[in-house]
Amino acid sequence: MNSFFYQFGRYLLLLKSTLVKPEKGKIYWRELARQMVEIGVGSLAIVIIISVFIGAVITVQTAYQLTTPLIPRSTIGSIVTNSSILEMAPTVTCLILAGKIGSNIASEIGTMRISEQIDALEIMGVNASAYLILPKIVASVVMIPILVIISGFLCVLSGIWVGQLTGVVTREEFIQGSIEYFIPFTVTFSLIKAFTFGFIISSVSAYYGFYTVGGALEVGKTATKAVVVCCVIILLADYLLAQLLL
Amino acid sequence: MIRIEGVTKSFGDKKVIEGIDASFDSGKCSLIIGASGSGKTVLMKIMVGLMQPTTGNIFYGGRTDLTNLDKKHLKAIRQEVGMLFQGGALFDSLTVEENIIFPLNMFTGKSRKEKLMRVDECLERVNLKNANKLYPNELSGGMKKRVGIARAIVMNPKYLFCDEPNSGLDPLTAIVIDGLIHEITVEYHITTIINTHDMNSVMEIGDHILFLHRGIKEWEGTNKEVMNTNNKLLNDFIFASKFLKAVKSAYQQNSNT
Repeated sequence: MNSFFYQFGRYLLLLKSTLVKPEKGKIYWRELARQMVEIGVGSLAIVIIISVFIGAVITVQTAYQLTTPLIPRSTIGSIVTNSSILEMAPTVTCLILAGKIGSNIASEIGTMRISEQIDALEIMGVNASAYLILPKIVASVVMIPILVIISGFLCVLSGIWVGQLTGVVTREEFIQGSIEYFIPFTVTFSLIKAFTFGFIISSVSAYYGFYTVGGALEVGKTATKAVVVCCVIILLADYLLAQLLL
Repeated sequence: MIRIEGVTKSFGDKKVIEGIDASFDSGKCSLIIGASGSGKTVLMKIMVGLMQPTTGNIFYGGRTDLTNLDKKHLKAIRQEVGMLFQGGALFDSLTVEENIIFPLNMFTGKSRKEKLMRVDECLERVNLKNANKLYPNELSGGMKKRVGIARAIVMNPKYLFCDEPNSGLDPLTAIVIDGLIHEITVEYHITTIINTHDMNSVMEIGDHILFLHRGIKEWEGTNKEVMNTNNKLLNDFIFASKFLKAVKSAYQQNSNT
């Protein structure tokens, strides 16, 4: 328990020194742009692949469960759309991104720590945490919601396509169901989740990287630990947000 | 100059540094030597402000106490400090030029042309002309150290710290790096403090030597005095090999004749 409070306190102190006005705006903008490309464009391929398959699988599995003719086939469209927007696009995508982006951030900063690059920044008088972590957090909270929007669209599109292809639901029925039971707040809720998860992924993994101690072996362990902790916190935050906002 | 007074550092119950007093003058290379675990790196980290001492004070320029500075003043002092790290600590994602220009970008309002001219000056000073566009992974160990020196001096520091500058280098390159650090120290009248295990450095550039043993200052003097010292611990440390013992006795015979 003591360790939890120690880690949490240290995490808050790191955030306090990170979330400050940048020392030299131009350098931060350049770094921010680089991070946005790395986090956003760099994760696009994996997001596309998982979204297409998730949409396809939910469609097939929902159709499999709707055995009674009393329920209209358009319900498949409604279920696929709502579950994609509410859960699949933000949560599953962010769990995958925690693996990709989280391990990347933790190992990058961890390697800089053990190779004394962070000490070099501090000796120069640079606020190392703000210089290294702030652009990553900002890039994550901007780019991850965009990736989640893309993911949501692709889930639904692949659902329509697979439904049509396998004959379980026509395109018209799917779209009719999607529109009929669509609740606009689900999009807002999905974006709130994406924003929160983006912050968790970047800040928690940066925290683990920043306090890496040891050598190459510890960098690997740190990256793994960062991913595991990110995933657990994402799931916890997912439940809390659902309880609070829905 | 840098003066340290009564510096002590403990980690839990373990005392790593015990009551060290010393003074390091400008224009001289001061070497901190000692066996592994003697507290050299901890002392250097305390002196640059990366670690707080348990007790004691560090005075920069004879008056500014590093241990009692707020963030703003600590930042101002740090801009007068250059440091060469053991592994170079160059930023992997930046080229040599970008590494050296980094402090200038962060802390000066100079034009890009002026900054690039300064980078070229520094690279020329460390004999690395035309290496501007190379990345750290394209450099040899010696080149990395030289880029590290160029980055450390780019802001015209008053204080230069070098953590084992010769580790991992062949003897010839080590001599070049030592020579370079000594030249820069004298030329710019910098207070230079070097952590080293390299006995060649002790003999060649040790204007002032501080020998630590188990966290205690065991001996202090110059490289000339090292040859004639009767301190057993220092003799055992420096003249550990038969070869160095022979060098010492030859030196003493020459001095007597």
